[in-house]
Amino acid sequence: MEIILAIVVGLLYTVGVYLLLRRSILKFIIGLIFMSNATNLLVFLSAGLVPGSPAFVQAGSGSSAPLADPLPQALVLTAIVIGLGIVVFTLALKYKFFETTGTDDLDQLKKTDN
Amino acid sequence: MVYILLVFLSASLLIFILPGWLKKQKAILLSFVQFAAFIYFLSHVSEITSYHSKSIFIEWIPQLGLNLEFMLDGLSMVFALLVTGIGALVFLYAKDYMKSYAGTDKFFFYLMLFSGAMLGLVLSGNLIQLFIFWELTSFISFFLISFFHEKESARKAAFQSLYITGFGGLSMLAGIVLLGSVVDSYSFSDWLSNANAIKESNLYLPGLLLILAGIFTKSAQFPFHFWLPGAMQAPAPVSSYLHSATMVKAGIFLLARLSPVLGGTPEWTYIISLTGVLTMLTGSYFAITQTDLKGILAFTTINALGVLVLLLGINTTESIKAAMLFLFIHAFYKATLFMVAGLIEKKTGTRELRQLGGLIKYMPLTFVIAFLALLSMAGLPPLLGFLGKELIYEAKVQSPGIASMILILGVTSNIFMVAVSLYFARKVFLGKPGNFPKQPNERGAAFLIGPGVLALLSLVLGLSPGKLGSAVIKPALSAVLGEVAEVKLKIWHGFNQVFFLSMLTIILGFLLYVAMLKKDKLLIYWKKINDVVFAVQLDEVFAWVMDKFVAVSKLKTKTVQHGYHRLYILTIIVFTSLLLWFQVFVTRSWNFDIPFTLRPFYISGLALVIILASAVSAVSRSRIVTIISMGVAGYGISLIFLYYSAVDLAITQILVETLTLVMFMAILQKLPRFAVLSSKKTRLRDFLIALGFGSVMTILALKAVNVNLNRSISDFYLENSYLKAFGENVVNVILVDFRALDTLGEVTVLTIAAVGVYLLLSKPKSRKL
Amino acid sequence: MNSVILQLAAKYLRWLLISFAVLALLRGHNNPGGGFIGGLMAGLAIVYKGFAFNAFQVKEKLLKRPERYMGLGLFLILLSFIPSVFAGKPLMTGIWITVPVPFFSGIKLGTPFLFDIGVFFTVIGVTLLFVFSLTQKK
Repeated sequence: MEIILAIVVGLLYTVGVYLLLRRSILKFIIGLIFMSNATNLLVFLSAGLVPGSPAFVQAGSGSSAPLADPLPQALVLTAIVIGLGIVVFTLALKYKFFETTGTDDLDQLKKTDN
Repeated sequence: MVYILLVFLSASLLIFILPGWLKKQKAILLSFVQFAAFIYFLSHVSEITSYHSKSIFIEWIPQLGLNLEFMLDGLSMVFALLVTGIGALVFLYAKDYMKSYAGTDKFFFYLMLFSGAMLGLVLSGNLIQLFIFWELTSFISFFLISFFHEKESARKAAFQSLYITGFGGLSMLAGIVLLGSVVDSYSFSDWLSNANAIKESNLYLPGLLLILAGIFTKSAQFPFHFWLPGAMQAPAPVSSYLHSATMVKAGIFLLARLSPVLGGTPEWTYIISLTGVLTMLTGSYFAITQTDLKGILAFTTINALGVLVLLLGINTTESIKAAMLFLFIHAFYKATLFMVAGLIEKKTGTRELRQLGGLIKYMPLTFVIAFLALLSMAGLPPLLGFLGKELIYEAKVQSPGIASMILILGVTSNIFMVAVSLYFARKVFLGKPGNFPKQPNERGAAFLIGPGVLALLSLVLGLSPGKLGSAVIKPALSAVLGEVAEVKLKIWHGFNQVFFLSMLTIILGFLLYVAMLKKDKLLIYWKKINDVVFAVQLDEVFAWVMDKFVAVSKLKTKTVQHGYHRLYILTIIVFTSLLLWFQVFVTRSWNFDIPFTLRPFYISGLALVIILASAVSAVSRSRIVTIISMGVAGYGISLIFLYYSAVDLAITQILVETLTLVMFMAILQKLPRFAVLSSKKTRLRDFLIALGFGSVMTILALKAVNVNLNRSISDFYLENSYLKAFGENVVNVILVDFRALDTLGEVTVLTIAAVGVYLLLSKPKSRKL
Repeated sequence: MNSVILQLAAKYLRWLLISFAVLALLRGHNNPGGGFIGGLMAGLAIVYKGFAFNAFQVKEKLLKRPERYMGLGLFLILLSFIPSVFAGKPLMTGIWITVPVPFFSGIKLGTPFLFDIGVFFTVIGVTLLFVFSLTQKK
């Protein structure tokens, strides 16, 4: 399964980079989302896949059963929420940009500072 | 010792807050401070006998090997005496000289700060610290040269000197770090005790060359000498203090300081002597054709610096003794002459040789002073200069290896010096009165005290040099040699080879002077020949190089900073891919022991859905389809999280994905449709780049899976989640308890983003971004 | 959007969703859930109503100023740090007390819980500010 998920990661990156390289800002933002998803999955994957035993310990004791690794999960959870913040902020920027310049073309960004 | 530096610093700052009546006397006050410091150093002369030195150690950043170390040995003493002694006289002189200019507060501030920095430099026992003071003197020199910043030539000269000395200083820093890495210390005493290790190291030659670049630029050695004549744009006190007596000698100081560590090798001897000889010759040769008083003095200074470097390069006991003595001689006569030149310019309104003459009638005392200094410069008895020249000849005669060549060139250059000195005296003071723009007089005692004292010292010490030799030169010599050496100076050496060389120099120099005087045309022809032979001026070359440098930088910026956002990203991605592929290639031999399996099938199916949805999202022309398929991919990923035991993660991902979709939908109606902006070719290129990056990330993911991670941190959390934090959901416990600080940071970032979005979108439309 | 069904559903479902969000927050320490999840849920519930009626209207009535939620949340987070200082432990150390409740073994309350509630409110505020800013009518 790891192999398939690794391929999924690679494909998500491919799509993400391809969209990042578009001139349309909306596509750029969607590319950003793909990149962030791909990275989350990569971190999650690299910790090892443990099906069916989430990181819940029994009340009153420490557990030594082979549970899923909670650390990358906490990291990815944080990353997901931060990713949301980034995407919304770029979205707002993009909206403002469109409002000001009336275009969706990133190449136009070049000319706005004069 | 450290207190003196602090006093200098506070004195320089104090200038600005002095009350009005005291402010008028600031030059006197500062001169007094200098004089007090001079007395302090003088009173310690007897302590610094031979090899003994005082040192102070203050920890600064010991982790980096940076400490404040101050040491006062014989060599530092020589320079400290020169800096404070001449400083006191120059400040006194500057009082009258600067009277008519605005901004004297600033001027005296810089000058005082400079002498503090220069003192710090010569007292440094740590090379990094020395470098800091070194650069400080360069910067202050920049400000002082550009003191008359209304003049374009002054600004140009200031920048030229800053670029050159700055470049030298930085390469010197590189050299210090390089050699410092050999002994793992920047402390001079450590360098000294590991001198052989440094000399035998592979880094010796590059380190030496880099440090020499710093020394040669600072001390105006060929081919960097041209900044010094330019620096004559500065007011006369600056020329006399920085550009003849002290700052340009910093290179000499460092050379002497390092000679027990780095000296004694053939590289040292040949590079340094050759540079010194060339500089010496350049200086004296061009001095003859100068018509500007300060120009003459600048080139004779270059000559003197060349002599000093040559002597240190020869690196024998005799030569270093001569160098130490010549340091004093030159400081005495050159500071005097610069002050006299400034005085003449002040009083007559010109410093062009052709407009001057017969000044002896108007300024008799000045003439006496200048004449003594000029005799010293020419090396005539009974002045100190004669003594120095004798010693220098002796050193050259005894120099190993290339003695005869050095001797011939040395005598030639001294012949020029004799002629220049006599010519200077004759043209300025004797003969018919010139047509001065102003009627000269000799009022202003402060003008004459400085040069007068120095000229008298030249004479008195020339007649009885014994004390100077045993009290000051001897410890300095011992410090440079690293062993106790005897110094006995006397004016009469008897009839020997050196004496005859002296006689020859004087006679030939006199003949040259007579020729120059009788045939005015000679100098004009000489100049013409120079213009042809030396058609390429070094300062023009320098200006050309700087221009081209700026042009290339502009071109580079234009090429690299093209302003196309996607091309920046493209560059980053391509470079990252290449690095990753390279790493994959380097570590290509690894065992992959995870079997390929499609089980469980519903996850494989899910993966297929994610892949298809992503692909659709990438190529679709419809915005709605793009966004929805992006959502499908996101939900698919959350299901993967769910299956592989990350419940919280899955829920969060679903919620965030929903929120994202909602927001895209909300904003979509206000945005234009996708337009086809790129050509097919561009898209293919981008696809290939993306594929390259994606595939390397797949390999990376596989390798990451293969790595056996150290789970000790995770295990700690698992074990202590309930015992210490009373929570069964370990992920949540990590977020709110174990790593609460990170969560706080995250929440803060979210808040800032929200406020940013709010501000971006709620402002009235008229306000542009 | 003026769908009667949607509006009616939003009226009641919203409270159901918010209660569910609070439940997720409360049980977060021992079961799936927590401040982020609860906050996002509650935020989405309010957004849901906003979409059914009119974003602007909801903002006026229900939540005059979403940034206040962020302020409240950050304040609670800050508040959760303070007890540890009085207990003489490093800042942000978790402090727990057991509240005796009849028929149960007692409910444990601690500063991390307060922290989580702070996160809950901040996330609600952030979500609402995001959506309302983006959907604002000019």
